[in-house]
Amino acid sequence: MSKIFRKSTPLIYLSPTILLLTILSLIPIVMVFIYSFMDNVVMNQNPKFVGMTNYVKIVTNSVFLQAFSNTMYFTVMSVVFHLILGLTFALLLNARALPPFLKAIFRTIYILPWVFTAAVIAILWRLMLNPNGVINYLLITFEIIERPVEWLSSRQLALHAVTFINIWAGYPFYMVSLLAGLQGISEELYEAGTIDGANQRQLFWYITLPQLKPIIISLAMLDFIWTMHQFTLIWMTTGGGPIRATEMLSTLTYKLAFSSYQFSHASATAFLILALSAFVAIFYVRQQKAADE
Amino acid sequence: MNNPKSAMQRSIIYILLSVTLLIGTLYAGFPVLWMVSSSFKSNTQIFAYPPQLIDDSFSLQAYTSVLSNPQKLRFFFNSYLISILVTLCTLIVGILAGYSFSRYNFKFKRLLNMLIISIQAVPPITLLIPYFSLIVTLQLYNTYAALVLTYMVFTLSYAIIMMTGYFNTLPRELDEAVMLDGGSSFVALWRVLVPISLPGIVSVGVYTFMIAWNEFLFALTLTKTNDMRTVPVGIQLLMGQHSYEWNEMMAMSVLGSLPVLILFLFFQRYFIAGMTAGSVKG
Repeated sequence: MSKIFRKSTPLIYLSPTILLLTILSLIPIVMVFIYSFMDNVVMNQNPKFVGMTNYVKIVTNSVFLQAFSNTMYFTVMSVVFHLILGLTFALLLNARALPPFLKAIFRTIYILPWVFTAAVIAILWRLMLNPNGVINYLLITFEIIERPVEWLSSRQLALHAVTFINIWAGYPFYMVSLLAGLQGISEELYEAGTIDGANQRQLFWYITLPQLKPIIISLAMLDFIWTMHQFTLIWMTTGGGPIRATEMLSTLTYKLAFSSYQFSHASATAFLILALSAFVAIFYVRQQKAADE
Repeated sequence: MNNPKSAMQRSIIYILLSVTLLIGTLYAGFPVLWMVSSSFKSNTQIFAYPPQLIDDSFSLQAYTSVLSNPQKLRFFFNSYLISILVTLCTLIVGILAGYSFSRYNFKFKRLLNMLIISIQAVPPITLLIPYFSLIVTLQLYNTYAALVLTYMVFTLSYAIIMMTGYFNTLPRELDEAVMLDGGSSFVALWRVLVPISLPGIVSVGVYTFMIAWNEFLFALTLTKTNDMRTVPVGIQLLMGQHSYEWNEMMAMSVLGSLPVLILFLFFQRYFIAGMTAGSVKG
């Protein structure tokens, strides 16, 4: 009796987790998968199986293709600039010339953007990027632009503007992780490098970067997945507009489902986003496994 | 011979360092400063030319107006209640699961572990479509329970991974000592392991609270009436109205950011431990 109890103990502890994750993630994923092969689910009482029709319709639709390319631009640019800014800030904070109390102050300031939620970041930047806002004022004062620019309502600029906002919002995550990584690099490596006659640049390329590589890869992959899912920031700055200029896969899926009630098409795009994320996640897991060994 | 050069190099380094630190401060801090500054202005002065950080219209009017509006206070109440419930539930469920992963071997352990890790990569928007019908079917639409349960899907994986890792660092002799005294594994967990795991639990707690406090998509879709809305959705509702009350939106943003900011300032160490855990291997 007690042996049976013992054997089931771990499962008793895990039962809330298993219950929650089955009902709220496994079943929904199966549901969305099935939905994507049906016509007019949710709205229709007896939906029919229509095979790949939804996927074919979605993938050949120019709106989807634009959302896909916007999402890729937004994601790749965000990841690249997050990394550049995060690494720069981390190196700054790690500078030996910086006394510890200043380091603590600057670290707190540099982390600030990360403390704010996407909804707040969105309206803050809408205020600042307003044609009459402070950014235009500063750019005109320093003679970088001649007249006020409509950053978020111009078809040419809106995608760059939301990407810029997302870069601002996301670099601290890299900065903090890379700073921890930098502090973990053994001083002896640098001493050995210096004895071998390496200069600062060589020390950076041949010691710092290779040592940070596993962290950089993990960060970039996590960030790639999360940025691809970004909804709130886009929804509250441009709503995907003007005229689809900032439409992302996430905003398109949301609109398909909750504005046009085409739940089948929405399920197909939703499943494609999942597949894309899974693809990146598999690389992430492989990388983690390699790092563990 | 080497000295003058290195003295000059050093001062160049100092100047470069100070300039970059200053640029970084403006880049990171100016938008935040502008938010705070705008929240103290009158709405007619928001786009005044030339813009000033503090102008004649400086007052607490935007704050008093937000704080005396029962509907807006309700957004705050909802956000606090939901975030606290999500944090408590996530911690309890996560600690139990983490203990099980750390101390037992069982069938499908690896598979289950893989599933828990992979859930972090599932796009919220993918789950949203089935959630909508699922939550309606379970009769949870427009309830706190709908938000607490769905938020946990995104907070639980992290909590389990972190707690498993934390328990793994504690020697098994601790639980064995309790069990030798006739206590159960449950007693060992709550009386011995949990108290010494407090730093890990705080990390997970603040991180979970933040995710719940910031969530927008599910709150937007799974609730309907204004009395169920949370702060992020409330901010969007303010924006949807025809005249923009920028000063009130900024005041609400400042107030809406305070809980996370305060948690951050008090628990900075734990926050950073939580942020780095995902990517940095000790």
